[in-house]
Amino acid sequence: MIAIVKEQLTQAGNFSLFIGRFFKEIFVPPFQINEFLRQCYTIGCKSLPLVSITGFIMGLVLTIQSRPTMTKFGAESWLPSMVSLSLIREIAPVVTALICAGKIASGIGAELGSMKVSSQIDAMEVSAVNPYKYLVVTRILATTLMVPLLVIFADLVGIYGGYIGYNVHGTITMRRYFSEVIEHLDFLDLMPATIKTFFFGFFIGVIGCYKGFNASSGTASVGLAANSAVVTASLSIFIVDMLAVQITDLFF
Amino acid sequence: MKEEPIINIKNLYKAFGKNKVLKGISLTVKKGEDLVILGRSGSGKSVAIKCLVGLLKADKGKLEIFGTDITKLNYKQLNKIRLRIGFMFQNGALYDSMSVRENLTFTLKHHADHLTEENIEKQILEALDSVGLIEAIDKMPSELSGGMIKRISLARTIIIKPEIIFYDEPTAGLDTITAQEISELILSVQKKYKTTSIIITHDMICAKMTGNRIILIKDGLIYVQGTYKELENSSDQWVKSFFFATNQYAAAPGFPA
Ligand SMILES: Nc1ncnc2c1ncn2[C@@H]1O[C@H](COP(=O)(O)OP(=O)(O)OP(=O)(O)O)[C@@H](O)[C@H]1O
Ligand SMILES: [Mg+2]
Repeated sequence: MIAIVKEQLTQAGNFSLFIGRFFKEIFVPPFQINEFLRQCYTIGCKSLPLVSITGFIMGLVLTIQSRPTMTKFGAESWLPSMVSLSLIREIAPVVTALICAGKIASGIGAELGSMKVSSQIDAMEVSAVNPYKYLVVTRILATTLMVPLLVIFADLVGIYGGYIGYNVHGTITMRRYFSEVIEHLDFLDLMPATIKTFFFGFFIGVIGCYKGFNASSGTASVGLAANSAVVTASLSIFIVDMLAVQITDLFF
Repeated sequence: MKEEPIINIKNLYKAFGKNKVLKGISLTVKKGEDLVILGRSGSGKSVAIKCLVGLLKADKGKLEIFGTDITKLNYKQLNKIRLRIGFMFQNGALYDSMSVRENLTFTLKHHADHLTEENIEKQILEALDSVGLIEAIDKMPSELSGGMIKRISLARTIIIKPEIIFYDEPTAGLDTITAQEISELILSVQKKYKTTSIIITHDMICAKMTGNRIILIKDGLIYVQGTYKELENSSDQWVKSFFFATNQYAAAPGFPA
């Protein structure tokens, strides 16, 4: 029992050190710009199809599902703004982040894990390349930057999906629909929602890297690293989301 | 051969939890010397050389390379030393997301900045030529055979012109002919670049070809050291057992001497 607690505390300590190292190394040259851009490309562009499809479906389904209730209250005209608000404030950020946790965190965990297991990280270390800087800092920066962009993209596609969904049972012009949406959108809807996505991205990157970087030897540990990266990242997204909502509630 | 020690180890201790792997190794290596380390699997050979380049932290002991104790250096100073050292990993450890060319470029670029493209290209070709694998330049590591990986890994090690090279089992897992080719490559690198080498191996032919001094590690200590000839004729049963199997191989007809 004590051993388990001790193990957990050690883990937490190591994880904090890992994050601390990120903030220390990010400001020290040399900066690995090329690798950073390459990661942005892999993380951003390659997740785009997945994020678009899910974003579209979220908007579509949400509209179709909410319609009966809204009609019952005679508030059908509110549908566009209600759907886009729930997309922007909550659903698109969380669902997109979860998808990224599945795709990106597991990818990073597996990649770094297998580099660790096959001594490639050690090989970097002995050729005087700082592997933390080259592999970890670039990836965390890339996820922190790309996840918010992906979320914004999912917002847009989701709202478009809502437009299609609206037209399944009713008719509305594109112009009318979007002016409905924009009319009810507030700066305060966008701001906190966007800020929290940076944290989602950060945690996806940090957890993926931490799990991969600390994989123990043996091929089994690569799978384990990828697996626990997804689980931990998904959990952390919910926790960050909950905190974000509490904080937003407090201030606005 | 100059007589200054380039590596000087005093009382190196290393344990993983209760598993005491190294229990006080002391060793000096002179410049230009080619030292072979022998020992049973799991005797801590890899651990010892990993401590020497700072991949593992020694529990206790003095580890001097080029006259500086690396256990007392910070990360930046340690990296300065590492720039003068080559390390060939047991499994090759090529960066498998990069092609052979990128593997070499990556190592070279981080070794010295401000190299021109032509200069880099020239050095890559030279290194690949040394290992006889120029045609593999645009291949990915996954497309290479085990022997080719070892050779590319050797090319990546020598491209930075290190003063000391550590080889961790350079011939393990290869057929005898390829193993001998690798041993010859090591020999030619030793001649061409005048490096000091530390070679871990289980392959007695490799040991005989590439080493001018051999140490045997047993139970975390240096059990015995000497030249190949001296150890081969040793009366110690345990030492003899290392040479016995090999001699049987060598006695078989058609085996390259
Ligand atoms: N990172 C590590 N964590 C825990 N124990 C380790 C670690 N690395 C090595 N060991 C232990 O140290 C001992 C020596 O390992 P080492 O890899 O040095 O053996 P070796 O002599 O190189 O063997 P081989 O010839 O099979 O490569 C082994 O018992 C191993 O379990
Ligand atoms: Mg070993």
